[in-house]
Amino acid sequence: MELLSGAEMVVRSLRDEGVKYIYGYPGGALLHIYDAIFRQDDVVHILVRHEQAAAHMADGYARASGKAGVVLVTSGPGATNTITGIATAYMDSIPMVVISGQVASDMVGTDAFQETDMMGVSRPIVKHSFMIKDPREIPEVIKKAFYIAQSGRPGPVVVDIPKDMTNPAEKFEYSYPKKVKLRSYNPAVRGHSGQIRKALDMLAEAKRPIIYSGGGVILGGASAQLTELARELNVPVTNTLMGLGAYPGSDRQFLGMLGMHGSYVANVAMHHADVVLCVGARFDDRVINGAAKFCPNAKIIHVDIDPASISKTIHADIPIVGPVDGVLNEMLATTREFNLRPTKEVMASWWKQVDEWRGGGGLFPYDKGDGSIIKPQSVIETLWEVTEGDAYVSSDVGQHQMFAAQYYPFNKPNRWINSGGLGTMGFGLPAAMGVQLHYPDAQVACVTGEGSIQMNIQELSTCLQYDLPVKIITLNNRALGMVRQWQDMQYDSRYSHSYMESLPDFIKLAESYGHVGMRVDKPEELKPAMEEAFANRKRLVFMDIRVDDSEHVYPMHIKDGSMRDMWLSKTERT
Amino acid sequence: MRHIISVLLENEPGALSRVVGLFSQRNYNIETLTVAPTEDPTLSRLTLTTVGHDEVIEQITKNLNKLIEVVKLVNLSEGAHIERELMLVKIKATGAQRAEVKRTTDIFRGQIVDVTSSVYTVQLAGTSDKLDSFIEAVGPAAVIEVVRTGVSGIARGEKVLSI
Repeated sequence: MELLSGAEMVVRSLRDEGVKYIYGYPGGALLHIYDAIFRQDDVVHILVRHEQAAAHMADGYARASGKAGVVLVTSGPGATNTITGIATAYMDSIPMVVISGQVASDMVGTDAFQETDMMGVSRPIVKHSFMIKDPREIPEVIKKAFYIAQSGRPGPVVVDIPKDMTNPAEKFEYSYPKKVKLRSYNPAVRGHSGQIRKALDMLAEAKRPIIYSGGGVILGGASAQLTELARELNVPVTNTLMGLGAYPGSDRQFLGMLGMHGSYVANVAMHHADVVLCVGARFDDRVINGAAKFCPNAKIIHVDIDPASISKTIHADIPIVGPVDGVLNEMLATTREFNLRPTKEVMASWWKQVDEWRGGGGLFPYDKGDGSIIKPQSVIETLWEVTEGDAYVSSDVGQHQMFAAQYYPFNKPNRWINSGGLGTMGFGLPAAMGVQLHYPDAQVACVTGEGSIQMNIQELSTCLQYDLPVKIITLNNRALGMVRQWQDMQYDSRYSHSYMESLPDFIKLAESYGHVGMRVDKPEELKPAMEEAFANRKRLVFMDIRVDDSEHVYPMHIKDGSMRDMWLSKTERT
Repeated sequence: MRHIISVLLENEPGALSRVVGLFSQRNYNIETLTVAPTEDPTLSRLTLTTVGHDEVIEQITKNLNKLIEVVKLVNLSEGAHIERELMLVKIKATGAQRAEVKRTTDIFRGQIVDVTSSVYTVQLAGTSDKLDSFIEAVGPAAVIEVVRTGVSGIARGEKVLSI
């Protein structure tokens, strides 16, 4: 058997796990590991400019590929800088393995230089965490970390490694386990057949059924099954922000996103539904509006891998705990075997009603103005046209994020990369980088605002170093748009700190980092400029697009109301 | 309603902090908590009591089960069970009170385990209610110091919590 040091075992374990890229930043506690990285070529290290970006890069990769992203950071500030990134992944159930350096074992607890209790600091935002106590444990712990991160309801796992565990002078026998078992961790492998049958009986009797599906369908690789079942039953489908792409966005049965900024038809159809089939979603407060008034006439069927998600905020009449792909497969087979589906007549009358609510003006109609100023919505529509709806789109957080979700219908899963749960500004650029690195030939757009982009703008430097030709689509309205929207609606337009003074010249900034900068102010310039940007396959293009600063995102739920209580514009409400 | 939840936990550093952290993170309350290794040194047995509606208790058990280091758990309050708590209490024992404290201790089937000219230290085991009643009976004014272990519990009959 081969003899390796702890440091070498870390790198070799990653290789044997099939990891190609890791994202990180060196420091004292990690120097043995960085030396081991230097002496091999299998695992490629990407040097970010701030550790938060390393976590978001790993996250972006994980969302696009379904596999855990890997982060390597040093003790103390290196570790704490990843916290926002870990919390982002945790809230959206994204698989991630974070390896943090730690001061040497005999120094732990002495307030040593660059010491932080990473196990303690990260505890509430990880699926699990390990501290290495003996170098011989390293391969098994890393295997366990990947297994936990990627199975069941996925999530981030931290592995904290004191420096002495990686001492190059001490060698141990190395072998990477093929499988690990944990007696205390057994995620559900299949749904309960009796419950599945009950659910289908309920759906077959339904008069106004609807499917509400979330990020769990994408994480569970069940988009094909969801699509097939929805078509088999001919039931309308709405997706959460996290679930976009799980059902084809341009399909007739798709009603658009639901929730706070969901479409009129999706929210109204949910309100009137008599059976809601919820798959891989968690009745988030940004979806359900007032819990007491949520879907007053509906029975709820809830499919989720995590039992704790079931009946957390909304009571489930038929809970089904299991992996969504397996459950949907079994639902499909049962539907066909016993011919369990709502009748044609029932569905024809329900669809007639739904189509009336849908109307003819698109899912998200907006005032296109007089053509003198660029509307932010039109930027996303143009992006869709130029990329033919086939780009990977990451976003930051705010109005631009909602516009991207509304106006870029995703026809494939794993294409929409956004921080839905935590709502992390600064996520978009590094997440897009993680995607671009793994899919070098793909079109990758980062839809952002002039506020969010500045939260991780230093990563433009990383993009130059690794030739990442991300297209940055900045909806620049000179304001923190979503904050200002709320201030308009609830605080008589008192714009407390929601505006941006002293914005940099983004063109010069992009150029100084070695990229291409483009400014667009006029509606007629938008499409040609975007075509030019995407035609440039080799280089990062930073598009600073000056958009109407008075736009709000609509529809918008009216607080504590029901699903159908919405503002539809600045003056109209339901 | 009060529930006694008994947990088999991997006997590993940090496992307890995850359990305690879960309660504060999710705004659940812990009334008592007791933990010690079992006959199998790789496992700890943790017993906690908490108060909440059925929906809250259901979430507590589900979220505890989600912790990787939780091997198994049971809500003892759902079935017949035995619960015990141990208390050590220092009580003023001077003059006429001295005989009274002794008598009350006997009635409650406690033992006086330490004696000075002015203080009795009483050891008492039983349900939490019984310990409360004892303090009530001797009179809170006489009580100098109270140490309670928190509740331990076990199911009645054949039922066991083991792996």
